[in-house]
Amino acid sequence: MQMARVIGTVVSTQKNEKFEGAKLLLVQPVDPDDKPRGNALLAVDGVGAGVHERVLVVLEGRAAGEALGRKGAPVDAAIVGIIDQVEFDGRL
Amino acid sequence: MHLARVIGDVVASRKDENLNGLKLMIIQPLTPERQPAGRTLIAVDSVGAGVGEEVFFVRGREASFPFFPVEAPVDAGIVGIVDHWTLG
Repeated sequence: MQMARVIGTVVSTQKNEKFEGAKLLLVQPVDPDDKPRGNALLAVDGVGAGVHERVLVVLEGRAAGEALGRKGAPVDAAIVGIIDQVEFDGRL
Repeated sequence: MHLARVIGDVVASRKDENLNGLKLMIIQPLTPERQPAGRTLIAVDSVGAGVGEEVFFVRGREASFPFFPVEAPVDAGIVGIVDHWTLG
Protein backbone atom coordinates (compact mmCIF):
# COMPACT_ATOMS: atom_id res chain seq x y z
CA MET A 1 0.00 0.00 0.00
CA GLN A 2 0.98 3.57 -0.49
CA MET A 3 -0.09 6.84 0.98
CA ALA A 4 -1.67 9.31 -1.41
CA ARG A 5 -3.60 12.54 -1.39
CA VAL A 6 -6.89 12.72 -3.30
CA ILE A 7 -6.52 15.62 -5.73
CA GLY A 8 -9.48 15.33 -8.06
CA THR A 9 -12.40 13.47 -9.55
CA VAL A 10 -12.77 11.85 -12.97
CA VAL A 11 -15.94 11.42 -15.01
CA SER A 12 -16.11 8.75 -17.70
CA THR A 13 -19.28 7.64 -19.46
CA GLN A 14 -17.85 5.18 -21.96
CA LYS A 15 -15.90 2.63 -19.96
CA ASN A 16 -15.53 -1.03 -19.20
CA GLU A 17 -18.77 -2.38 -17.69
CA LYS A 18 -17.01 -3.42 -14.49
CA PHE A 19 -16.52 0.26 -13.67
CA GLU A 20 -20.27 0.99 -13.67
CA GLY A 21 -21.17 2.84 -10.49
CA ALA A 22 -17.56 3.00 -9.27
CA LYS A 23 -16.09 6.31 -8.17
CA LEU A 24 -12.83 7.24 -9.89
CA LEU A 25 -10.48 9.57 -8.06
CA LEU A 26 -7.19 11.17 -9.03
CA VAL A 27 -4.63 10.53 -6.33
CA GLN A 28 -1.11 11.86 -5.89
CA PRO A 29 1.23 9.48 -4.04
CA VAL A 30 2.94 11.22 -1.11
CA ASP A 31 5.81 10.56 1.27
CA PRO A 32 5.13 10.07 4.96
CA ASP A 33 5.87 13.80 5.33
CA ASP A 34 3.20 14.54 2.69
CA LYS A 35 5.56 15.52 -0.16
CA PRO A 36 4.33 14.49 -3.64
CA ARG A 37 6.21 11.54 -5.11
CA GLY A 38 5.89 10.36 -8.69
CA ASN A 39 2.96 10.78 -11.03
CA ALA A 40 -0.68 11.12 -10.09
CA LEU A 41 -2.88 8.16 -10.98
CA LEU A 42 -6.49 7.04 -10.98
CA ALA A 43 -7.86 4.79 -8.29
CA VAL A 44 -11.31 3.35 -7.73
CA ASP A 45 -12.71 4.38 -4.38
CA GLY A 46 -13.83 1.60 -2.08
CA VAL A 47 -14.30 3.62 1.10
CA GLY A 48 -16.03 6.91 0.30
CA ALA A 49 -12.93 9.13 0.18
CA GLY A 50 -13.13 12.78 -0.82
CA VAL A 51 -10.88 15.39 -2.39
CA HIS A 52 -8.02 16.61 -0.13
CA GLU A 53 -8.14 13.50 2.08
CA ARG A 54 -5.05 11.40 2.66
CA VAL A 55 -5.73 7.78 1.80
CA LEU A 56 -4.28 4.29 1.57
CA VAL A 57 -3.97 3.01 -1.98
CA VAL A 58 -3.26 -0.54 -3.17
CA LEU A 59 -1.33 -0.60 -6.45
CA GLU A 60 -1.91 -4.16 -7.54
CA GLY A 61 -4.62 -5.64 -9.69
CA ARG A 62 -5.94 -8.44 -7.56
CA ALA A 63 -6.15 -6.35 -4.40
CA ALA A 64 -7.77 -3.49 -6.29
CA GLY A 65 -10.36 -5.83 -7.80
CA GLU A 66 -11.21 -7.15 -4.37
CA ALA A 67 -11.60 -3.62 -3.02
CA LEU A 68 -14.02 -2.92 -5.83
CA GLY A 69 -15.83 -6.16 -5.01
CA ARG A 70 -15.98 -7.31 -8.64
CA LYS A 71 -14.18 -10.28 -10.03
CA GLY A 72 -12.41 -9.76 -13.33
CA ALA A 73 -12.43 -5.97 -13.18
CA PRO A 74 -9.57 -4.41 -15.19
CA VAL A 75 -8.30 -2.25 -12.32
CA ASP A 76 -4.81 -1.79 -10.91
CA ALA A 77 -5.34 0.75 -8.12
CA ALA A 78 -7.93 1.21 -5.39
CA ILE A 79 -8.39 3.36 -2.31
CA VAL A 80 -8.83 1.02 0.64
CA GLY A 81 -8.65 3.42 3.61
CA ILE A 82 -8.80 7.02 4.74
CA ILE A 83 -5.83 8.00 6.90
CA ASP A 84 -6.67 9.62 10.23
CA GLN A 85 -3.17 10.23 11.42
CA VAL A 86 0.46 9.44 10.61
CA GLU A 87 3.26 9.27 13.14
CA PHE A 88 6.59 9.47 11.37
CA ASP A 89 10.10 10.33 12.49
CA GLY A 90 8.78 10.83 16.01
CA ARG A 91 6.25 13.41 14.85
CA LEU A 92 2.53 13.29 14.26
CA MET B 1 -5.02 3.44 -13.68
CA HIS B 2 -3.47 6.40 -15.46
CA LEU B 3 -4.62 9.27 -17.62
CA ALA B 4 -3.42 9.32 -21.22
CA ARG B 5 -4.13 10.74 -24.63
CA VAL B 6 -4.48 8.48 -27.67
CA ILE B 7 -1.94 9.72 -30.21
CA GLY B 8 -1.96 6.97 -32.82
CA ASP B 9 -2.53 3.34 -33.64
CA VAL B 10 -0.50 0.35 -34.73
CA VAL B 11 -1.31 -2.39 -37.22
CA ALA B 12 0.42 -5.76 -37.01
CA SER B 13 -0.63 -8.55 -39.36
CA ARG B 14 1.60 -11.27 -37.98
CA LYS B 15 1.05 -11.59 -34.25
CA ASP B 16 0.02 -13.82 -31.37
CA GLU B 17 -3.33 -15.34 -32.28
CA ASN B 18 -4.86 -14.06 -29.03
CA LEU B 19 -4.23 -10.54 -30.30
CA ASN B 20 -6.43 -11.09 -33.35
CA GLY B 21 -9.13 -8.46 -33.65
CA LEU B 22 -7.72 -6.26 -30.90
CA LYS B 23 -7.11 -2.58 -31.54
CA LEU B 24 -3.62 -1.40 -30.64
CA MET B 25 -3.32 2.28 -29.80
CA ILE B 26 -0.30 4.45 -29.11
CA ILE B 27 -0.94 6.44 -25.95
CA GLN B 28 0.90 9.21 -24.14
CA PRO B 29 0.43 9.13 -20.36
CA LEU B 30 -0.59 12.53 -18.96
CA THR B 31 -0.29 14.40 -15.71
CA PRO B 32 -3.52 15.90 -14.32
CA GLU B 33 -2.25 19.18 -15.86
CA ARG B 34 -2.22 17.48 -19.30
CA GLN B 35 1.56 17.42 -19.56
CA PRO B 36 3.28 14.29 -20.94
CA ALA B 37 4.22 11.89 -18.14
CA GLY B 38 6.91 9.49 -19.32
CA ARG B 39 7.21 7.43 -22.46
CA THR B 40 4.49 6.59 -24.91
CA LEU B 41 3.30 2.99 -24.99
CA ILE B 42 1.01 0.64 -26.86
CA ALA B 43 -2.27 -0.20 -25.18
CA VAL B 44 -5.02 -2.48 -26.36
CA ASP B 45 -8.41 -0.80 -26.64
CA SER B 46 -11.69 -2.31 -25.44
CA VAL B 47 -13.89 0.79 -25.25
CA GLY B 48 -13.74 2.26 -28.76
CA ALA B 49 -11.25 5.05 -28.09
CA GLY B 50 -10.04 7.16 -31.00
CA VAL B 51 -6.99 9.25 -31.75
CA GLY B 52 -7.04 12.55 -29.84
CA GLU B 53 -9.25 11.30 -27.03
CA GLU B 54 -8.34 11.37 -23.36
CA VAL B 55 -8.63 7.96 -21.76
CA PHE B 56 -7.61 6.01 -18.72
CA PHE B 57 -5.70 2.78 -18.94
CA VAL B 58 -4.76 -0.10 -16.69
CA ARG B 59 -1.35 -1.73 -16.48
CA GLY B 60 -0.51 -5.37 -15.88
CA ARG B 61 -2.34 -8.60 -16.53
CA GLU B 62 -5.63 -6.91 -15.67
CA ALA B 63 -5.35 -5.28 -19.10
CA SER B 64 -6.43 -8.62 -20.59
CA PHE B 65 -9.58 -8.95 -18.42
CA PRO B 66 -11.94 -7.20 -20.87
CA PHE B 67 -11.19 -9.98 -23.38
CA PHE B 68 -11.93 -12.88 -21.03
CA PRO B 69 -11.95 -15.82 -21.66
CA VAL B 70 -9.34 -15.03 -24.31
CA GLU B 71 -6.01 -14.63 -22.54
CA ALA B 72 -4.57 -11.81 -24.60
CA PRO B 73 -0.82 -11.23 -24.10
CA VAL B 74 -1.10 -7.54 -23.23
CA ASP B 75 0.36 -5.37 -20.47
CA ALA B 76 -1.63 -2.16 -20.90
CA GLY B 77 -5.25 -1.59 -21.84
CA ILE B 78 -7.54 1.39 -22.35
CA VAL B 79 -10.57 0.77 -20.12
CA GLY B 80 -12.39 4.10 -20.24
CA ILE B 81 -12.79 7.30 -22.21
CA VAL B 82 -12.58 10.35 -19.95
CA ASP B 83 -15.34 12.95 -20.26
CA HIS B 84 -13.54 15.35 -17.95
CA TRP B 85 -11.69 15.56 -14.67
CA THR B 86 -11.73 18.15 -11.93
CA LEU B 87 -8.86 19.02 -9.64
CA GLY B 88 -9.87 19.89 -6.09
